[in-house]
Amino acid sequence: MKTEPFVVNVGPQHPSTHGVFRLRLTLDGERIIDADMVMGYLHRSMEKLAEERTYTQNIPFTDRTDYVAAMTGNLAYVLAVEKLCGIEAPERAQWLRVIMSELQRFASHCMAVGIFANDCGAWQTPVMHMFREREKILDLFEMACGARLTTNYMRIGGVSRDIPPEFMPALRQLLQELPKRMDEYDGLLLENEIIVARSRGVGVLPPELAIACSVSGPMLRASGVAWDIRKADPYAAYDKVDFDICVGTSGDVYDRFLVRTAEMRQSIRILEQAAEMIPDGPVHAEMAGATVQPGGAPSAPLALRPPVGEAYGRIESPRGELGFYIVSDGSPAPFRFHIRSPSFINLTPLRDMTVGGTVADAVVILGSIDIVVGEVDR
Amino acid sequence: MTAVLSGLEIAHRIEQRFPGAVVEATPEAAVVQAERAVEVCTYLRDDPELAFSFLSCLTAVDRLDYLEVAYHLQSIRHNRVTVLKVKTYDRENPEVQSLVPVWRGAHLQEREAYDLMGIRFSGHPDPRRIFLWEGFPGHPLRKDWLNMPGGLMAGLERFPGEPGGKLEGRG
Repeated sequence: MKTEPFVVNVGPQHPSTHGVFRLRLTLDGERIIDADMVMGYLHRSMEKLAEERTYTQNIPFTDRTDYVAAMTGNLAYVLAVEKLCGIEAPERAQWLRVIMSELQRFASHCMAVGIFANDCGAWQTPVMHMFREREKILDLFEMACGARLTTNYMRIGGVSRDIPPEFMPALRQLLQELPKRMDEYDGLLLENEIIVARSRGVGVLPPELAIACSVSGPMLRASGVAWDIRKADPYAAYDKVDFDICVGTSGDVYDRFLVRTAEMRQSIRILEQAAEMIPDGPVHAEMAGATVQPGGAPSAPLALRPPVGEAYGRIESPRGELGFYIVSDGSPAPFRFHIRSPSFINLTPLRDMTVGGTVADAVVILGSIDIVVGEVDR
Repeated sequence: MTAVLSGLEIAHRIEQRFPGAVVEATPEAAVVQAERAVEVCTYLRDDPELAFSFLSCLTAVDRLDYLEVAYHLQSIRHNRVTVLKVKTYDRENPEVQSLVPVWRGAHLQEREAYDLMGIRFSGHPDPRRIFLWEGFPGHPLRKDWLNMPGGLMAGLERFPGEPGGKLEGRG
């Protein structure tokens, strides 16, 4: 019988692509023989736009790259600018950055794990449970900065404002609840037959290939590489907290899911320590030419002019190594503003993982990478 | 804590192994000859004392006089970082060697650098545009891509009224 390959377009508008991302699969029967990514549907040319705006005006762009984890996006950018200018944020601001980053990591992993369960066929129930916790974290963000999704909270030299008095009691209350919820989810999902059958042994990424492909974050750790920038190159106050790097063994889709759930527990652990250890004090560094905001908090000069030079600041975002490469020519706007986005680079080995599998496997593999298309396309 | 291997140190090591391969060395980065990038990077990856197995970030910068590709390298074994650069003075037809044979992680990042900055990577297995469509005019991250009305060139005088600019004092 004469047969020929068949091309299936997954996306750009498809629930399993988590945004406007297109996967062109060439099939031989049910087997995938080639996979090609088509991206750019959400390309807003942020790197060019940022060259026309001041350093502080660029912070809101970093909310909109990875819109599921805006706090960590803000933090990576301000750390790069602080490195360029040689500014150090005060102690309290460093701890607030840790608290916000870990809350954001928990919220982002809620989304990743919940929607991954969705991709596996546990339709909507896990996602709705996970969103319950995410909502409470977004309420905390709203308390701290007035916004839930596009937070715009971090500032060059600190954070935009101190947390209100009701924040810490609400955080402690949440920290009481979260471990119980995590136990619930582990009971619901970890041994869930649908999830195990769909994900174990699927999309295996060997550690050598993961390193060669510059894969980072939970995906790299699921392949068995104990690499976490919070440990390897600590920023903010991460060198003062105690936590473990969660590592997988087989590098398959199931391990990525396990690593994310384990990291959620580590985030709770970090938050518990941070809630005890956060000191009082200013939340913004004293800077020459600083302006004062209506609320009374100082902020960086409107036309901040970093010295001529370049800096690469990076953090461990929920998706991996998020870096900002900034070149300054001494003017109030960056000469070059580059975002090293983990979602984009983690897609590099997608073809290796999907070829040979089925279409259903491709859906869970893409779900396990946990891309945010705003960050892929920028 | 990650140690930084300065551009001077890394340049010294490359120079010992490949005499003449280093064009310029500053504390920030070592600039190597564009046509020897693959052999230098293979050495940086495979030498057990360096072991830069992880290409952290690859990007291109338009420095007006020349185009530059910057590689941020990470050694997971020794927890060290370094920066390597390659320059090309040809703005019409810039071409540097592709590092996909050394680090697969360069694959999508080089496609991005080609798409937005117009640098060709010789030896790239799939040298297509990535975010913009085939036929898009020019490469938008180039500083001369867009000439703004009124003769202000984007990237040269970005804030009307900046000291030394044409509109000084009128901003």
